[in-house]
Amino acid sequence: MIHITSTDRYRITRWRVVMTNILSLAAGLVVISFIFMIAGVNPLFAISEIFQGSFGSVYGFKETVTKAIPLILIGAGLTLAFRAKFWNIGAEGQLLMGAIFATWTGLTFGDTLPSWGIIPLMFAAGFLGGALWGIIPAILKIRYAINEVISTLMLNYICAHILTMLIVGPWKGGTRFGFPGTDTLPEAAILSVIPGSRIHYVTLILALACAAILTMIIYWTRFGYEARVVGENPEAGKYAGIDFLKTTLILMAISGGLAGMAGVGEVAGIHQYLGYPDSMSSGYGFTAIIVAWLAKLNPLYTVISGLFFAGILVGGDAIQISLGLPAATVNIVNGTLLIFLIMGDYFLNHKISITFSTP
Amino acid sequence: MQIPAGLTRILMKKIQRLEMDGISKSFHGIPANKDIHLSVASGEILGLLGENGAGKTTLMNILYGLYQPDAGQIRINGMPVQLTTPLDSILHGIGMVHQHFMLIQNHSVIENIALAYKDTPFFFPKIKLREKIQQFSRQFDFTIDLNKKIWQLSAGEQQRVEIIKALLNGADLLILDEPTSVLTPKEIEELITILRRMKQDGHCVIFISHKLDEIMTICDRVTVLQKGRIVGGADTRKTDKKTLARMMVGREVVFNINREALTRGNPVLRASRIHVTGDMGLPAIKGISFDLYENEIFGIAGVAGNGQRELAEAITGIRKIDKGQVIINGKNITNLSPRKIYDHGISHVPEERIRFGIAPGLFLYDNAILKQHHLKKFSRGHFLRYRYIKDHTRDLVTQFNVSTPSIDSQIRNLSGGNIQKLILGREISEHPQLLVASHPTYGLDVGATEFLRQHLLRLRSQGSSILLFSEDLEEIFELCDRIGVLFAGEFMGIFDSDDDRLCDIGLMMAGSKRF
Repeated sequence: MIHITSTDRYRITRWRVVMTNILSLAAGLVVISFIFMIAGVNPLFAISEIFQGSFGSVYGFKETVTKAIPLILIGAGLTLAFRAKFWNIGAEGQLLMGAIFATWTGLTFGDTLPSWGIIPLMFAAGFLGGALWGIIPAILKIRYAINEVISTLMLNYICAHILTMLIVGPWKGGTRFGFPGTDTLPEAAILSVIPGSRIHYVTLILALACAAILTMIIYWTRFGYEARVVGENPEAGKYAGIDFLKTTLILMAISGGLAGMAGVGEVAGIHQYLGYPDSMSSGYGFTAIIVAWLAKLNPLYTVISGLFFAGILVGGDAIQISLGLPAATVNIVNGTLLIFLIMGDYFLNHKISITFSTP
Repeated sequence: MQIPAGLTRILMKKIQRLEMDGISKSFHGIPANKDIHLSVASGEILGLLGENGAGKTTLMNILYGLYQPDAGQIRINGMPVQLTTPLDSILHGIGMVHQHFMLIQNHSVIENIALAYKDTPFFFPKIKLREKIQQFSRQFDFTIDLNKKIWQLSAGEQQRVEIIKALLNGADLLILDEPTSVLTPKEIEELITILRRMKQDGHCVIFISHKLDEIMTICDRVTVLQKGRIVGGADTRKTDKKTLARMMVGREVVFNINREALTRGNPVLRASRIHVTGDMGLPAIKGISFDLYENEIFGIAGVAGNGQRELAEAITGIRKIDKGQVIINGKNITNLSPRKIYDHGISHVPEERIRFGIAPGLFLYDNAILKQHHLKKFSRGHFLRYRYIKDHTRDLVTQFNVSTPSIDSQIRNLSGGNIQKLILGREISEHPQLLVASHPTYGLDVGATEFLRQHLLRLRSQGSSILLFSEDLEEIFELCDRIGVLFAGEFMGIFDSDDDRLCDIGLMMAGSKRF
C-alpha cells in the first residue's frame, strides 16, 4: 500500500521558495504544452516563440518593459492589500478610474500648464481616482461586512461602464469623427518615451520607486507592521489597539492609488486619449494578481515577476501572429501558470512523504 | 501480518487491549516522542500526565492516525495495525475528543453529529440518528438538546457532543485531550460520571491531563511523560500527588507559594456602576463597582460565562461600556481606544490567547511588541527599530523561559505554554499600573504555573495592581488579597482573602448566596 502524508513545514528557506516557483512554472508549462498540442502546434516551438518574442529580440524586450510598467505598479500595490488579507480583485477598475481622473486633468489644464506642472498633477489625480475606487470596498467591508472579493470585482464593471458612458457621451472628442473617445491629450500632458520604443520612462521610474518604497513600508514601518498583524489575525489587531478601519482605508488607498497611476501611464504614455476600457488596459489589473502572488507578496520581487508576465503577454501576441493562435491562448497560459503557482504554495508549506508498505 | 482497517473491525469485535510499542516521532530533528511503550485494556482509564510540550498530544495524534510514527508499532488485541488516517483509527474503534472542539458553530447538535457519523443515511439523516442518540443518552445518563446550535451550548455541552460523535462511531477506546480545561466544576463532575459509565461498559479511556487532582480521582493507572519519554507509571491507588508531580517535572514542586504581606498603597483603578453588553446582546455586567489599589491582587472568582470576559474587555477598551465609568489614577478612561488605555498603564493577558494575543504567522519578535510597537523604544517616527525589538525579544525569551528554536520562528510553532509565557512577559515587561490577567495559568503545567504565579507576585510587590480572573479557586486563594465573586454579571460579595464568609464561595458562585 502507498501512504501519502503531509506535515507542516516550519522552516522555509529562500532557496526552497525559488526552486518551488521554478518547478511550479515548469509544471505549468508542461500542461500548457498539452493545450498547444490540442491546438495542433508543436509545444516546444510555441513556448520558445513566446520567450523569443518577448525576451529574445530588442523590439520584443522593449515591448516587454512597456507592459511590465503597469504590472509592477499594480502588483506592488496588491502585495500590500494581500498582506492584510484584503483580496482586492478590483485593480482593473482602479486603473480605469485613475485614467479617467488623469484624462480630465490633462484635457482641462494641459493647454495652460507646462509639462513639469501637468504631468505630476495628472499622476496625483490618477492616484486619487484609483484610491477613491479602492476605498469604497474597504468601507463596505468594514462598515457593512460586504465581501471585498465581490465588491471589488463588481466595481470593475461599474467603472468600465462609467468610462464608456463618458467617452460616448459628454467627453466624446470633436476630432474623433463621431467615434467614441476623448480628444487627444495636449502635447504637455503626454509622457515622453525612450526613443524607438513605447517605454514611458517616467512611469517606469515611478513603478520601480514604488516597489522599493512599498517594501520599506511593509517590512520597516509601523503601518506595515499593523497591516501584517491585521492580516494575520484581526482580533489580535483589535486587542493591540490597531485601528482596523484606518489601516484598511490607508492600504486600500495605496493599493488602488498605484493602480490608478498605472492608468495614468497607459493613457498619457501609450494611448494619448481615453478610449474603450478594453483597449485602455488589456487586463493588467487581473494579471497583476498573479504578479503579486509570484512575488510572494514582496513588492520588490514584483519587478521580476512583472517583467516575466509582461513577457508572456508580449510573447502571446507574438504567437498569435506567427502561429495563428487565438488571443485567448495568452489567458490560458496566464491562468494555468497561476494555478500551478498557487498549488506550488502547498508544497512550499507542507512536507509530503510517501511510504510504501507491503500488504 | 497487516489487515486492512475495515476487515479488522469485522474480525475483532472490541478492543480488549491496545499497545503502543517503541513509538518514536520527531519533527525536524527535534524528538517529540522517544521509544514510548504504553498499553491500555478494556474497562480501564489510563491517565497520561506530563507538562506542556512533554509529547502527550503528539503521542495521541499518532494513535488517532494524524501522524505517522518514525518507529514502533501499534497493536490492537495483539495484532499490529497501521493507522494512516483518522478514518483508519475510527474504523479500528478509536475515538478522540480534541482539546479544541471540532464542531461547526452555526449548525445544530444533530447536524454536527450527522456530519461525523459514518453510517449517516443520504436521505433524511436526522430521523435515524435521533433514535440512536437517545438510546446513547439513556445508556450514559446525560441529556442534550439536539436542536440547539453549537454556539448556544456551554463548553461542557459541546464536549458531550464530541463524546457522542466518538461513541456513535463505535469507539471502544476514547482519547480525551485535556478535557477538563474548559469545564466548570459541575461539568467536570458530570464528565466523570460519563467516564465511569463507559468504564463499566468495557470501554478504554486515555485521559490526558496535567492536573494531578483529576488524574488521581479519575484514572486507574497513570503514565508520566517528560520531554517525550516515559519517566514513570503507577497505580493511582498506590501513589500520591507529590510523587507524580516529582516524576512529571523532574524536581520537587512547591505547592504553596509564599505571598509576602504587603500593605496596599494608593488607589489605582476605580470602576463605578459599569454596565456592559455581551455578544448575544444581553446584559453581561450589571452595574458593578470596585476599586483596585497598588500592591494588590484582586481576584474575580466565578464560573465561566458570568461576565468575566466582558468585564476584562470593557476595562481594556475592547468592548464598549454602556453606562458607568472607569477611572485610573484620577483620569477617566471609559471607552477610550485600547491603545490609549494601554498608554494609561493597563496591560492585558487575554483569555483566549491564540485568538487575541498573537499574530500566528508573524515572527516571535513581531509578536513580542504587539501592543508596544508604537512606543518610542521600538519606533522612531513611522519606522520600527528592529534592532531594539530583537534585543527586547531575546530578553523576554531568557527572562520568561520561553523555549523556542530562535526569535526568528513563527510564533504558531510554539506550544501553548510558551506562547502564554511570551504574552505574559510582553504584558508585564513595561511595568503596568494595572495588569488585567484572564486565566493566566489556564492550560499550563505545574512548572509553568508556578513560574507565572511568581511573576505575578513580583509585579505586585513592585507596586502594580492586578485584576485576576480565574476559575481555579486554588489559584485565587493563593494569590489574591481581595476576592470578588461574580455571578450573572453582579458581585455576590467582595471579601478580604482571610474573610470567614468565603467558606460559602461555592454557594456564591452558584448564585444562591449573596452578602
